Amino acid sequence: MNGIHDMGGMHGMGPIEYEKDEPVFHHDWEARTYALSLALRLGGQFNLDAARNAIEQLPPADYLRMSYYEKWFIRLMNYAILNGAVTAAEMETGKPAPGSARAIPGLVADMVQGMIAGGASARRNVRIQPAFVAGQHVRARNMNPAGHTRLPRYARGKSGAIIRDHGVFVFPDTRAHFQGDKPQHVYSVRFDARELWGGDRNPRDAVYLDLWEDYLEPA
Amino acid sequence: MPHDDHQIPPTDRTLRVKALESLLVEKGLVDPAALDVLIDTYEHKIGPRNGARVVARAWVDAAYKERLLRDATAAIAELGYGGSQGEDMVVVENTPEIHNLVVCTLCSCYPWPVLGLPPVWYKSAPYRSRAVIDPRGVLREFGLELADDVEVRVWDSTAEVRYLVLPERPAGSERLNEEQLAAVITRDSMIGVAKVKLP
Repeated sequence: MNGIHDMGGMHGMGPIEYEKDEPVFHHDWEARTYALSLALRLGGQFNLDAARNAIEQLPPADYLRMSYYEKWFIRLMNYAILNGAVTAAEMETGKPAPGSARAIPGLVADMVQGMIAGGASARRNVRIQPAFVAGQHVRARNMNPAGHTRLPRYARGKSGAIIRDHGVFVFPDTRAHFQGDKPQHVYSVRFDARELWGGDRNPRDAVYLDLWEDYLEPA
Repeated sequence: MPHDDHQIPPTDRTLRVKALESLLVEKGLVDPAALDVLIDTYEHKIGPRNGARVVARAWVDAAYKERLLRDATAAIAELGYGGSQGEDMVVVENTPEIHNLVVCTLCSCYPWPVLGLPPVWYKSAPYRSRAVIDPRGVLREFGLELADDVEVRVWDSTAEVRYLVLPERPAGSERLNEEQLAAVITRDSMIGVAKVKLP
Protein backbone atom coordinates (compact mmCIF):
# COMPACT_ATOMS: atom_id res chain seq x y z
CA MET A 1 0.00 0.00 0.00
CA ASN A 2 1.08 3.57 -0.59
CA GLY A 3 1.40 4.16 3.14
CA ILE A 4 3.29 6.51 5.40
CA HIS A 5 5.71 3.65 6.24
CA ASP A 6 7.14 3.92 2.71
CA MET A 7 9.35 6.87 3.63
CA GLY A 8 12.30 6.67 1.28
CA GLY A 9 12.85 10.05 -0.39
CA MET A 10 10.46 12.10 1.74
CA HIS A 11 11.46 15.54 2.97
CA GLY A 12 10.54 17.43 6.10
CA MET A 13 11.04 14.73 8.74
CA GLY A 14 13.62 16.84 10.60
CA PRO A 15 17.13 16.15 11.87
CA ILE A 16 18.27 12.73 13.03
CA GLU A 17 18.05 12.53 16.80
CA TYR A 18 21.04 10.58 18.03
CA GLU A 19 21.20 9.27 21.59
CA LYS A 20 24.67 8.51 22.88
CA ASP A 21 25.02 5.22 24.77
CA GLU A 22 21.43 4.36 24.00
CA PRO A 23 20.02 1.46 26.06
CA VAL A 24 18.55 -1.53 24.20
CA PHE A 25 15.16 -0.74 25.77
CA HIS A 26 14.16 2.55 27.37
CA HIS A 27 11.35 1.12 29.50
CA ASP A 28 10.41 -2.26 30.84
CA TRP A 29 7.13 -2.21 28.88
CA GLU A 30 9.15 -1.87 25.65
CA ALA A 31 11.17 -4.96 26.52
CA ARG A 32 8.01 -6.93 27.37
CA THR A 33 6.28 -5.78 24.15
CA TYR A 34 9.31 -6.80 22.12
CA ALA A 35 9.57 -10.17 23.85
CA LEU A 36 5.84 -10.92 23.52
CA SER A 37 6.00 -10.19 19.79
CA LEU A 38 9.15 -12.23 19.27
CA ALA A 39 7.85 -15.13 21.37
CA LEU A 40 4.75 -15.34 19.18
CA ARG A 41 6.84 -15.12 16.00
CA LEU A 42 9.42 -17.72 17.07
CA GLY A 43 6.56 -19.85 18.36
CA GLY A 44 5.04 -19.82 14.89
CA GLN A 45 1.94 -17.78 15.80
CA PHE A 46 3.13 -14.62 14.04
CA ASN A 47 3.79 -14.37 10.30
CA LEU A 48 6.46 -11.69 9.80
CA ASP A 49 4.99 -10.32 6.56
CA ALA A 50 1.49 -10.10 8.03
CA ALA A 51 3.01 -8.49 11.12
CA ARG A 52 4.69 -5.80 9.00
CA ASN A 53 1.42 -5.31 7.16
CA ALA A 54 -0.38 -4.87 10.51
CA ILE A 55 1.94 -1.94 11.37
CA GLU A 56 1.26 -0.42 7.95
CA GLN A 57 -2.47 -0.40 8.72
CA LEU A 58 -2.03 2.23 11.45
CA PRO A 59 -3.50 5.61 10.51
CA PRO A 60 -0.65 7.79 9.15
CA ALA A 61 -0.90 10.42 11.88
CA ASP A 62 -0.64 7.70 14.55
CA TYR A 63 2.25 6.05 12.73
CA LEU A 64 4.24 9.28 12.83
CA ARG A 65 3.32 10.22 16.40
CA MET A 66 3.73 6.87 18.10
CA SER A 67 7.08 5.52 19.28
CA TYR A 68 8.41 2.31 17.75
CA TYR A 69 7.30 0.00 20.55
CA GLU A 70 3.95 1.75 20.91
CA LYS A 71 3.35 0.67 17.32
CA TRP A 72 4.49 -2.83 18.21
CA PHE A 73 2.07 -2.92 21.14
CA ILE A 74 -0.93 -1.90 19.06
CA ARG A 75 0.15 -4.37 16.41
CA LEU A 76 0.40 -7.12 19.02
CA MET A 77 -3.20 -6.54 20.13
CA ASN A 78 -4.57 -6.24 16.60
CA TYR A 79 -2.62 -9.24 15.38
CA ALA A 80 -3.63 -11.47 18.28
CA ILE A 81 -7.26 -10.75 17.42
CA LEU A 82 -6.78 -11.04 13.66
CA ASN A 83 -5.02 -14.35 14.16
CA GLY A 84 -7.92 -15.65 16.24
CA ALA A 85 -5.61 -16.25 19.21
CA VAL A 86 -7.52 -13.78 21.37
CA THR A 87 -11.08 -12.52 20.94
CA ALA A 88 -11.98 -8.84 21.07
CA ALA A 89 -14.07 -9.59 24.17
CA GLU A 90 -11.08 -11.17 25.92
CA MET A 91 -8.95 -8.19 25.00
CA GLU A 92 -11.62 -5.96 26.52
CA THR A 93 -11.91 -7.86 29.81
CA GLY A 94 -8.30 -9.00 30.00
CA LYS A 95 -9.50 -12.51 30.91
CA PRO A 96 -9.79 -15.70 28.87
CA ALA A 97 -13.40 -16.44 27.90
CA PRO A 98 -14.99 -18.84 30.41
CA GLY A 99 -14.53 -22.43 29.30
CA SER A 100 -12.10 -21.49 26.48
CA ALA A 101 -9.36 -23.98 25.66
CA ARG A 102 -5.89 -23.29 27.00
CA ALA A 103 -3.16 -23.27 24.35
CA ILE A 104 0.35 -24.65 24.70
CA PRO A 105 3.02 -21.96 24.20
CA GLY A 106 4.87 -22.32 20.89
CA LEU A 107 8.01 -21.11 22.64
CA VAL A 108 9.13 -22.10 26.13
CA ALA A 109 12.21 -20.81 27.92
CA ASP A 110 14.57 -23.66 27.16
CA MET A 111 13.78 -23.46 23.44
CA VAL A 112 14.71 -19.78 23.11
CA GLN A 113 18.44 -20.04 22.38
CA GLY A 114 17.90 -22.77 19.81
CA MET A 115 15.08 -20.90 18.08
CA ILE A 116 17.11 -17.67 17.87
CA ALA A 117 20.19 -19.51 16.61
CA GLY A 118 18.17 -21.49 14.07
CA GLY A 119 16.29 -18.47 12.80
CA ALA A 120 13.46 -18.69 10.31
CA SER A 121 14.84 -18.04 6.87
CA ALA A 122 12.40 -16.82 4.23
CA ARG A 123 14.58 -18.67 1.72
CA ARG A 124 12.99 -21.68 0.03
CA ASN A 125 15.03 -24.54 -1.32
CA VAL A 126 13.09 -24.97 -4.50
CA ARG A 127 14.57 -24.91 -7.96
CA ILE A 128 13.05 -22.15 -10.04
CA GLN A 129 14.53 -20.84 -13.25
CA PRO A 130 15.48 -17.19 -12.70
CA ALA A 131 14.03 -14.72 -15.20
CA PHE A 132 17.02 -12.38 -14.87
CA VAL A 133 20.79 -12.71 -14.67
CA ALA A 134 23.50 -10.53 -13.16
CA GLY A 135 24.36 -7.58 -15.41
CA GLN A 136 20.92 -7.45 -16.99
CA HIS A 137 19.07 -4.13 -17.12
CA VAL A 138 15.63 -4.17 -15.54
CA ARG A 139 12.87 -1.79 -14.62
CA ALA A 140 10.94 -1.86 -11.36
CA ARG A 141 7.29 -2.15 -12.32
CA ASN A 142 4.97 0.77 -11.96
CA MET A 143 2.55 -0.89 -9.58
CA ASN A 144 0.48 0.46 -6.73
CA PRO A 145 -1.08 -2.45 -4.86
CA ALA A 146 -3.46 -1.57 -2.02
CA GLY A 147 -2.05 -4.53 -0.07
CA HIS A 148 1.39 -5.17 1.40
CA THR A 149 4.43 -4.83 -0.85
CA ARG A 150 8.18 -4.39 -0.40
CA LEU A 151 8.70 -2.40 -3.58
CA PRO A 152 9.13 1.18 -2.35
CA ARG A 153 7.42 3.96 -4.28
CA TYR A 154 10.68 5.74 -4.98
CA ALA A 155 11.94 2.88 -7.18
CA ARG A 156 8.76 2.19 -9.17
CA GLY A 157 9.16 2.78 -12.88
CA LYS A 158 12.92 3.28 -12.45
CA SER A 159 15.63 1.36 -14.29
CA GLY A 160 18.57 -0.43 -12.75
CA ALA A 161 20.93 -3.34 -13.18
CA ILE A 162 20.84 -6.78 -11.58
CA ILE A 163 23.92 -7.15 -9.38
CA ARG A 164 23.28 -10.57 -7.91
CA ASP A 165 20.67 -13.26 -7.55
CA HIS A 166 20.06 -13.93 -3.84
CA GLY A 167 18.10 -17.12 -4.57
CA VAL A 168 14.47 -18.05 -3.97
CA PHE A 169 12.42 -16.48 -1.16
CA VAL A 170 8.77 -16.38 -0.13
CA PHE A 171 6.83 -13.47 -1.60
CA PRO A 172 5.65 -10.98 1.04
CA ASP A 173 2.88 -9.52 -1.14
CA THR A 174 0.97 -12.80 -0.92
CA ARG A 175 2.24 -14.18 2.39
CA ALA A 176 1.26 -11.02 4.28
CA HIS A 177 -2.34 -11.72 3.29
CA PHE A 178 -2.19 -15.48 3.95
CA GLN A 179 -2.40 -16.13 0.20
CA GLY A 180 0.52 -18.50 -0.03
CA ASP A 181 4.31 -18.33 -0.29
CA LYS A 182 4.63 -17.83 -4.07
CA PRO A 183 8.41 -18.46 -3.86
CA GLN A 184 10.54 -16.59 -6.41
CA HIS A 185 14.00 -15.17 -7.00
CA VAL A 186 15.11 -12.04 -5.16
CA TYR A 187 17.73 -9.88 -6.85
CA SER A 188 20.02 -7.12 -5.68
CA VAL A 189 19.33 -4.27 -8.11
CA ARG A 190 21.52 -1.19 -8.43
CA PHE A 191 19.77 2.09 -9.27
CA ASP A 192 21.88 5.14 -10.04
CA ALA A 193 21.11 8.07 -7.75
CA ARG A 194 20.47 10.20 -10.87
CA GLU A 195 17.88 7.74 -12.16
CA LEU A 196 16.05 7.85 -8.84
CA TRP A 197 16.43 11.48 -7.84
CA GLY A 198 17.45 13.53 -10.87
CA GLY A 199 20.47 14.89 -12.62
CA ASP A 200 21.87 17.02 -9.81
CA ARG A 201 22.98 13.96 -7.82
CA ASN A 202 26.55 12.74 -7.69
CA PRO A 203 26.93 10.51 -10.78
CA ARG A 204 28.88 7.93 -8.75
CA ASP A 205 26.16 7.34 -6.14
CA ALA A 206 23.66 4.51 -6.18
CA VAL A 207 20.95 2.83 -4.14
CA TYR A 208 20.71 -0.96 -4.01
CA LEU A 209 17.37 -2.65 -3.39
CA ASP A 210 16.55 -6.32 -2.95
CA LEU A 211 13.60 -6.96 -5.24
CA TRP A 212 11.42 -9.98 -5.90
CA GLU A 213 11.06 -11.11 -9.50
CA ASP A 214 7.39 -10.06 -9.65
CA TYR A 215 8.53 -6.47 -9.07
CA LEU A 216 10.73 -6.43 -12.17
CA GLU A 217 10.46 -6.35 -15.93
CA PRO A 218 13.16 -6.30 -18.63
CA ALA A 219 14.32 -2.75 -19.43
CA MET B 1 -10.92 -3.15 18.78
CA PRO B 2 -12.07 0.15 20.30
CA HIS B 3 -10.90 3.05 18.22
CA ASP B 4 -9.15 4.81 21.09
CA ASP B 5 -6.59 2.00 21.24
CA HIS B 6 -4.50 4.14 18.93
CA GLN B 7 -4.00 6.62 21.75
CA ILE B 8 -2.12 5.26 24.73
CA PRO B 9 -1.72 7.70 27.60
CA PRO B 10 1.92 7.40 28.76
CA THR B 11 1.01 6.44 32.33
CA ASP B 12 -1.06 3.53 31.08
CA ARG B 13 1.59 1.89 28.92
CA THR B 14 3.13 -0.25 31.63
CA LEU B 15 -0.27 -1.39 32.91
CA ARG B 16 -1.64 -2.14 29.46
CA VAL B 17 1.37 -4.20 28.43
CA LYS B 18 1.18 -6.08 31.74
CA ALA B 19 -2.53 -6.76 31.17
CA LEU B 20 -1.90 -8.07 27.67
CA GLU B 21 0.96 -10.23 28.89
CA SER B 22 -1.13 -11.83 31.63
CA LEU B 23 -3.96 -12.49 29.19
CA LEU B 24 -1.59 -14.19 26.73
CA VAL B 25 -0.01 -16.17 29.57
CA GLU B 26 -3.39 -17.21 31.00
CA LYS B 27 -4.50 -18.35 27.57
CA GLY B 28 -1.35 -20.46 27.34
CA LEU B 29 -0.03 -18.55 24.31
CA VAL B 30 3.26 -17.43 25.85
CA ASP B 31 5.60 -18.69 28.54
CA PRO B 32 6.66 -15.75 30.75
CA ALA B 33 10.03 -17.39 31.43
CA ALA B 34 10.70 -17.40 27.68
CA LEU B 35 10.11 -13.64 27.64
CA ASP B 36 12.74 -13.16 30.35
CA VAL B 37 15.26 -15.20 28.35
CA LEU B 38 14.52 -13.25 25.16
CA ILE B 39 15.00 -9.90 26.88
CA ASP B 40 18.21 -11.00 28.60
CA THR B 41 19.55 -12.34 25.29
CA TYR B 42 19.04 -9.09 23.37
CA GLU B 43 20.00 -6.83 26.27
CA HIS B 44 23.19 -8.64 27.23
CA LYS B 45 24.30 -11.35 24.80
CA ILE B 46 23.56 -10.34 21.21
CA GLY B 47 24.83 -6.91 20.18
CA PRO B 48 27.39 -4.96 18.17
CA ARG B 49 30.32 -6.64 19.96
CA ASN B 50 29.51 -9.69 17.80
CA GLY B 51 29.81 -7.66 14.61
CA ALA B 52 33.01 -6.06 15.90
CA ARG B 53 34.58 -9.50 16.28
CA VAL B 54 33.61 -10.36 12.71
CA VAL B 55 35.16 -7.15 11.40
CA ALA B 56 38.32 -7.52 13.48
CA ARG B 57 38.80 -11.07 12.20
CA ALA B 58 38.39 -9.86 8.62
CA TRP B 59 41.02 -7.17 9.23
CA VAL B 60 43.65 -9.61 10.49
CA ASP B 61 42.84 -12.66 8.37
CA ALA B 62 42.73 -12.12 4.60
CA ALA B 63 41.33 -15.58 3.89
CA TYR B 64 38.49 -14.99 6.39
CA LYS B 65 37.74 -11.62 4.79
CA GLU B 66 37.54 -13.27 1.40
CA ARG B 67 35.06 -15.84 2.75
CA LEU B 68 33.09 -13.09 4.52
CA LEU B 69 32.63 -11.09 1.34
CA ARG B 70 31.78 -14.19 -0.69
CA ASP B 71 29.38 -15.92 1.74
CA ALA B 72 28.76 -13.72 4.76
CA THR B 73 26.21 -16.02 6.42
CA ALA B 74 28.67 -18.93 6.52
CA ALA B 75 31.67 -16.81 7.52
CA ILE B 76 29.74 -15.14 10.35
CA ALA B 77 28.58 -18.59 11.51
CA GLU B 78 32.26 -19.59 11.81
CA LEU B 79 32.43 -17.18 14.77
CA GLY B 80 29.24 -18.65 16.23
CA TYR B 81 26.77 -15.94 15.17
CA GLY B 82 23.63 -16.28 13.10
CA GLY B 83 19.94 -16.99 13.26
CA SER B 84 16.97 -14.70 13.72
CA GLN B 85 17.13 -11.62 11.46
CA GLY B 86 20.51 -12.67 10.13
CA GLU B 87 19.55 -15.85 8.32
CA ASP B 88 20.80 -14.46 5.01
CA MET B 89 23.68 -12.01 5.40
CA VAL B 90 25.67 -9.90 2.96
CA VAL B 91 28.79 -7.94 3.98
CA VAL B 92 29.76 -4.87 1.94
CA GLU B 93 33.27 -3.46 2.15
CA ASN B 94 34.19 0.18 2.59
CA THR B 95 37.32 1.28 0.74
CA PRO B 96 38.92 4.66 0.02
CA GLU B 97 36.81 4.71 -3.19
CA ILE B 98 33.48 3.25 -1.99
CA HIS B 99 31.39 4.06 1.07
CA ASN B 100 28.45 1.82 1.99
CA LEU B 101 25.47 2.82 4.12
CA VAL B 102 22.60 0.57 5.30
CA VAL B 103 18.98 1.60 5.83
CA CYS B 104 15.51 0.09 5.88
CA THR B 105 13.18 2.69 4.38
CA LEU B 106 10.06 0.53 4.85
CA CYS B 107 10.46 -0.56 8.48
CA SER B 108 13.42 -1.45 10.69
CA CYS B 109 15.28 -4.40 9.12
CA TYR B 110 18.69 -4.77 10.77
CA PRO B 111 21.19 -7.63 11.20
CA TRP B 112 20.34 -8.72 14.77
CA PRO B 113 22.93 -11.52 15.24
CA VAL B 114 25.85 -9.15 14.60
CA LEU B 115 24.49 -5.74 15.69
CA GLY B 116 21.69 -6.54 18.14
CA LEU B 117 18.51 -4.47 18.02
CA PRO B 118 18.58 -1.20 16.07
CA PRO B 119 18.91 2.18 17.80
CA VAL B 120 15.94 4.55 17.75
CA TRP B 121 17.50 6.87 15.14
CA TYR B 122 17.89 3.98 12.67
CA LYS B 123 14.14 3.28 12.93
CA SER B 124 13.17 6.94 12.83
CA ALA B 125 11.47 8.86 10.02
CA PRO B 126 14.37 11.34 9.52
CA TYR B 127 16.94 8.59 8.83
CA ARG B 128 14.64 6.31 6.84
CA SER B 129 13.36 9.12 4.62
CA ARG B 130 16.69 10.77 3.84
CA ALA B 131 19.28 7.98 3.72
CA VAL B 132 18.31 7.09 0.15
CA ILE B 133 17.73 10.57 -1.30
CA ASP B 134 20.50 12.44 0.53
CA PRO B 135 23.04 9.99 1.93
CA ARG B 136 25.86 12.55 1.84
CA GLY B 137 23.75 14.99 3.87
CA VAL B 138 22.89 12.24 6.37
CA LEU B 139 26.57 11.31 6.71
CA ARG B 140 27.45 14.98 7.23
CA GLU B 141 24.93 15.04 10.08
CA PHE B 142 26.89 12.16 11.62
CA GLY B 143 30.08 14.19 11.19
CA LEU B 144 31.35 12.33 8.13
CA GLU B 145 32.14 14.46 5.08
CA LEU B 146 32.88 12.40 1.97
CA ALA B 147 34.76 13.71 -1.06
CA ASP B 148 32.84 13.92 -4.35
CA ASP B 149 35.04 11.23 -5.89
CA VAL B 150 33.98 8.66 -3.28
CA GLU B 151 31.10 6.48 -4.50
CA VAL B 152 28.26 6.23 -2.00
CA ARG B 153 26.27 3.01 -2.06
CA VAL B 154 23.08 2.91 -0.02
CA TRP B 155 21.66 -0.54 0.75
CA ASP B 156 17.90 -0.40 1.35
CA SER B 157 16.99 -3.63 3.18
CA THR B 158 13.74 -4.21 1.31
CA ALA B 159 13.86 -8.04 1.46
CA GLU B 160 15.07 -10.63 4.00
CA VAL B 161 18.78 -10.17 3.26
CA ARG B 162 20.54 -8.29 6.07
CA TYR B 163 23.59 -6.09 5.51
CA LEU B 164 26.71 -5.44 7.56
CA VAL B 165 29.30 -2.87 6.53
CA LEU B 166 32.95 -3.91 6.75
CA PRO B 167 34.54 -0.56 7.66
CA GLU B 168 38.03 0.48 6.64
CA ARG B 169 40.78 -0.45 9.06
CA PRO B 170 42.09 2.84 10.47
CA ALA B 171 45.64 3.95 9.70
CA GLY B 172 47.96 3.46 12.64
CA SER B 173 46.20 0.31 13.88
CA GLU B 174 48.92 -2.06 12.66
CA ARG B 175 50.15 -2.80 16.17
CA LEU B 176 46.75 -3.69 17.56
CA ASN B 177 45.84 -7.36 17.86
CA GLU B 178 42.45 -8.79 16.90
CA GLU B 179 40.96 -8.26 20.34
CA GLN B 180 42.21 -4.68 20.56
CA LEU B 181 40.86 -3.98 17.09
CA ALA B 182 37.42 -5.36 18.03
CA ALA B 183 37.34 -2.93 20.95
CA VAL B 184 37.58 0.14 18.70
CA ILE B 185 34.98 -0.98 16.13
CA THR B 186 31.68 0.81 16.65
CA ARG B 187 28.09 -0.11 15.81
CA ASP B 188 27.79 3.04 13.71
CA SER B 189 30.78 2.09 11.55
CA MET B 190 29.08 -1.23 10.75
CA ILE B 191 25.87 0.55 9.69
CA GLY B 192 28.01 2.86 7.59
CA VAL B 193 27.32 6.21 9.28
CA ALA B 194 30.83 6.52 10.74
CA LYS B 195 34.42 5.50 10.18
CA VAL B 196 36.45 3.59 12.74
CA LYS B 197 38.80 5.89 14.63
CA LEU B 198 41.54 5.06 17.07
CA PRO B 199 40.93 6.53 20.52
